[in-house]
This record gives sequence, structure tokens and C-alpha cells, in this order.
Amino acid sequence: MISILSGDLPRSRILGTMLIAIVLGLALAPFLFPGAKALNVAAKILIFIVLVASYDLLLGYTGIVSFAHTMFFGIGAYGVAIACVSLGSNWSSILIGTGAAVVLSALLSLLIGMFSLRVRAIFFSMITLAVAFSFQTLASQLSDLTGGEDGLNFSVPDVLSPSYQLFEQPVFDVSVDGKIITYYLVFFITIILFLCMLRIVNSSFGRVLQAIRENAFRAEAIGYNTVIFRTAASVLSAIFATLAGVLLALWLRYNSADTSLSIEIMINILLIVVIGGMGTLYGAICGATMFILAQSYLEDLMAHSASATQNIPLLSTLLSPDRWLLWLGVLFILSVYFLPTGVVGKLRSIKR
Amino acid sequence: MSARVSTNAPEPAQAMISAKRRIDWLPLLLAPLLMLIAYPLIGSSSTWITLTVAGLAMGMIIFIIASGLTLIFGLMDVFTFANGIFIALGAFVAVSVLGALPQWTGADSLGLNLAALGVAVLAAMLAAGLAGLVFERLLIRRVYGQHLKQILITMGGMVVGEELIKMVWGTQQMELPLPATLSGSLVWGDVAIEKYRLLALLVGLSVFVCVIVVLNRTKVGLLIRAGVQDREMVESLGYRIQRLFIGVFAVGSALAGLGGVMWGLYQQNVTPQMGAQVNVLIFMVIIMGGLGSTSGSFLGAILIGLVANYTGFLMPKVALFSNILLMVAILLWRPQGLYSISSR
Repeated sequence: MISILSGDLPRSRILGTMLIAIVLGLALAPFLFPGAKALNVAAKILIFIVLVASYDLLLGYTGIVSFAHTMFFGIGAYGVAIACVSLGSNWSSILIGTGAAVVLSALLSLLIGMFSLRVRAIFFSMITLAVAFSFQTLASQLSDLTGGEDGLNFSVPDVLSPSYQLFEQPVFDVSVDGKIITYYLVFFITIILFLCMLRIVNSSFGRVLQAIRENAFRAEAIGYNTVIFRTAASVLSAIFATLAGVLLALWLRYNSADTSLSIEIMINILLIVVIGGMGTLYGAICGATMFILAQSYLEDLMAHSASATQNIPLLSTLLSPDRWLLWLGVLFILSVYFLPTGVVGKLRSIKR
Repeated sequence: MSARVSTNAPEPAQAMISAKRRIDWLPLLLAPLLMLIAYPLIGSSSTWITLTVAGLAMGMIIFIIASGLTLIFGLMDVFTFANGIFIALGAFVAVSVLGALPQWTGADSLGLNLAALGVAVLAAMLAAGLAGLVFERLLIRRVYGQHLKQILITMGGMVVGEELIKMVWGTQQMELPLPATLSGSLVWGDVAIEKYRLLALLVGLSVFVCVIVVLNRTKVGLLIRAGVQDREMVESLGYRIQRLFIGVFAVGSALAGLGGVMWGLYQQNVTPQMGAQVNVLIFMVIIMGGLGSTSGSFLGAILIGLVANYTGFLMPKVALFSNILLMVAILLWRPQGLYSISSR
């Protein structure tokens, strides 16, 4: 067990319990929480765990802020979508699409890294923002390839499509259809990718990244070429983000610029990493779960409380369901100040 | 205008002298060069004049928006992504003010129109400046010197600010029409120039001159520059550097507000998301110009404006990516930007 987790244990009883609860909940989600919305939320949590963990590789472990993470996410999603549309819906086209997307992401991140990480960290942030913005424009312009604003609908292999039934009889009152098979595919790929990343950050390579985060000058003095390590980190994180994009496309069987490329997703990733805890991959699990649950159900809750406070003028405006991002932003700022190590860091410090 | 030269001279004193003597002319030649290259490609001189003036005006507006951020970046060493909210705030305040003065904006007299615009600009700058003050006290004050936290906090501030703007003015796009006498264009022969663009040129140039003069020729500017170089030294001489920096942040935000009004009038509409959209453009300008260099961002903004207009005419498909292509080209030439401040 310890070697599966690469020796990086949660190191807090509460955190450990929480993680086990989350993983069990996600593993049994189709049976525990039936219904299309609940399953969608669970799948979104899984995909965001990969996406956010891959971003944490950059932000939390290496200390660089990138705004192009959704670009790689989008490349992955578009890779599968375009391959499935043009090559037909079978497994080999999914593999080809994934492969092409990974190669493209790796090259692109290598290029951006070599180009801008030589200078200052803020350069990288601003250049990635500019590149990501241009890529979004490009994706909406190349409408022959990407479907433009409408996006791409595509069909997946039969086993994964909702009409496929695995068993004749329902299992625990749930009929195991293609959607649930897709869910478990996403679930297991998420686990594998997460463990891979855990392995990476706990390797000697990961230690060097953390050294660069703490003191780049000293790391350079010890003899590590920081540019190469930073670039490698950004390429790795881009590849994992691409794979998360592949999962998203497989789950939704649809992709457009809004679902995978938008700057809002980028802000969400940033919020999740910080709230969950920078520099620890477990933060991605906690953060993604809390955030996606809040995003999916907070609006309902706020609609409820807004109607309850209808007579109080300012309060009801503040509590209107459209303003949920406001509260999230406030929460984000507060957590940067008061929980600099996020939920995970806080839980770990409680124990001692 | 003192250009900063990034030389690796061994003696600091010597470097200072050489910096004073040698003004870096090469970047200054870029804009005229671009105009010269564009002329034969476009062919007709009246179109060329129209496009050039349009490009210069667009560049000026971009510069006004970017100038605030350049000050904050360059002088306070604060990485803020929240500038967009001051831009949007300024624009929305202008919408409200101009909307409240229909007799002034509708009147057929240049004086009244300009007065209405002046009131709107003043209100916008005041609101943005005050918001900046609050923003600095509430959020930035605690994270001076911590770049990563600055980026995160200001991102959060941006989200909250945008939501607050949506709360006050709604989520819809709003019209921001030009006053009566300022809309339309002047025509000489084949050449047509929109009147507003001339106004933008004028405002942009005066902002540039003001910033440069204040920074290089006044005592406040001297103190600010000294504070950037060595904060403790200035403090030990008895100056309250913190107040100075708060002032810089407020002025930077007010300039962003002014930029918001100009940009809103240029686009003729404002949305709560405009800040985030414009932010990308500003960052490109600042990267191109070199972080914190006012002259650099001035040149960068003009280049962006010119290239956008020329390519928009010559190759409309490429125009969408002209900014990023320009940025890549400039960074390949000078990785630190046109003029880099070498002290940090």
C-alpha cells in the first residue's frame, strides 16, 4: 500500500478518512447515488482530480503559474473528438487521437517553456495567458476542424454508448449500461494517472522541482539546470492535462471551446489547487471534490436562501444563485491568506 | 525620456554614464519602419493614412489602459491580474454618467460634449482610483514581495470584482455611444479619419507625456524611482514610502479607469467581462515593452495598434493572431522586451 502511494501518505488521520470516503464514494457512485446528475458530478470530480493534480505539478511543486493549462486540456478533448469524427468511432481512433494530442501538447509546452521560462516566472504566466487566448480564438476560427462555436458531437465505441447493456438484469437496481462502463473507465484511468503523478513528485526529479520552488538560485548553484527542470515539469503537466481532456471528451461524447478551453475553467483549476492545498497532490482530490460539489449544488442552495431572504433587499441580491462565483472568490482570497497550505495542510497541522 | 539600457558593464558608475549618453534608438525605429513596409503593400495612400491613424489611435488607447499596470508592475513590483476590474469599473461609471447627462451628450456643441466626456472621465478615474485604494489596503498590502501570492490574490480579487460589477450594473452588455459631435469622421479628399481617433491620440499622448514628466522631472517621481531601487534607504531618509506606493497604486488604477472609458467609447459598448478580455492585450503590451518600462509599453501599444490595423486590411484571417505573432517576433529579438529595466 505504501509503495503504491510512493511512500507519500496522507499523514493525518482526518485527511486519510476523508480521502478513503471520497475514493469509496466515487468508486460506488453509480450505485450509491443513482441519477444522471449525480453520475455527471462524480465523473466531473474524477476528471478534475487529474486536471488539478497535473496543474499542481506546476504551481504547487515547481512554483510556476501557467494560464495555458486549459489549452492542453482542450487539445486532449479535441484530439479524441476530431479523431472520432473523422476516423470513425472505434478504439483505434481514440488511441490515435490521444496520441496525436499528447504529442502536440508536449511539443507546444516544450516550445513555450524553452521560450519563456528562461526569463522570469511572471513572463511565463503572461505568455501562457496570451497563448491560451490565441489558441481559443484559433479553435473557434477553424470551424471545419473543431466545429467552431457549436462544438463537436461524436459517437464512441458501442461498449461505451448509453444504449449498451452489460448484463440482462440490473445489478442492485441499477442497469449497468455503457455510461456506467465509461464511468468506471474514467475512474480507473484517473487512479492510474494519479498514482503516476504521485510517483513523479516523490521521485528525485520531484525533489529537484521542490528545491527550485523553494530557492531557484540555490538549486542552480547545486548544479541543477533549472530551465530544463522547469520545462520538463511543464511538459509533464501538459501531458497529464491532455489525458484529462481525453477523459472529458470520452465522458461527454461532445467537445467545444466552452467545455474545455474557456478561461473560467482555468480560474476554477486555480481556485481548486489553492483551496485544496498547493504542493500536495491529495489537495487535488479534496479540492476537486469540494469545489465540484459546491459548484453543482451551491447554486441550488443559494436559490433556496435567496428566496428565503427575499424581503431583505441587499442580502437577497448577494445570495442570488448567479452570484455563487462571488462567494467562491471570497473563499479563495480568504484561503490564500489564512490557509496558505490549503485544506490538506490545515488538516495535517491539526494532528500535531 | 530616459531609455534604460541593459548593459553588463562591470562598473556601475560607468554603466550609469553610458545609460545617460546612449539612448537605445533601435526600438524607436520599429514603428516608422512598419509604416514604410506597409505603404507599398497597401498601395493607396489614402487608405494607408486612414489605417495608420486608426492604428496609432488604437495603440494610444491600449497604452492608456496599459500605463496603469506598467506603473504598478514597474514601480511597486506587484504582479496584479486585477487591473481588469478597474478598467471595467471605469467604463461602467462612464456609462452611468453619460446616461445621466443626455442634454449634454446629445447637444450639437463640441464644448458641451467634451464637458460631458470630461465629467465622465473624472468620475471614472475617481471611482477606479478609490477602488484601487481599497483594493490595495484590503488585499495587496499583505502580500508585498510575495509574487506567487500576489498573482493568486489578485486573480481572486478579479473574480470578486467582476461579480460585484455584475451586481450593480447587471450581466448584460451596455451601450456606450459617442457624444453627438464626436461621432462620425472628418474627410479630406479620399482620406477619412474618425474624430474620436484624433481625440484618443491626443489623450494618449498627454498621458504618456505626463507619466514620463512626473517620473523623470519631479520630486515625487524621483522618490518613487529611488524607492524602487532601494526602499530602506529612502525610508531611512525620512520619507514614508508606503504612502507613496499606495498613491502609485491608486493612480495606476485611475489610469486603468480612464483606459476603460476610452476603450468602451472605442468599442461603443461595455461588458462586465471586458476587463478580463482587455487584460490579455495589456499583458502582451507589457511583455513586449519590457516589464515596467513606460516608454517600452508605449512603443509596444503603438506596434500592436498598427499591426492589427494593417493586417486587418491586408490579411483579415491573420489579424486575429497578429498580436501574438508580433509578441513572438519581438521576444525573439529581445527576450526581455524592448526596454528592460535591468535592476530586477
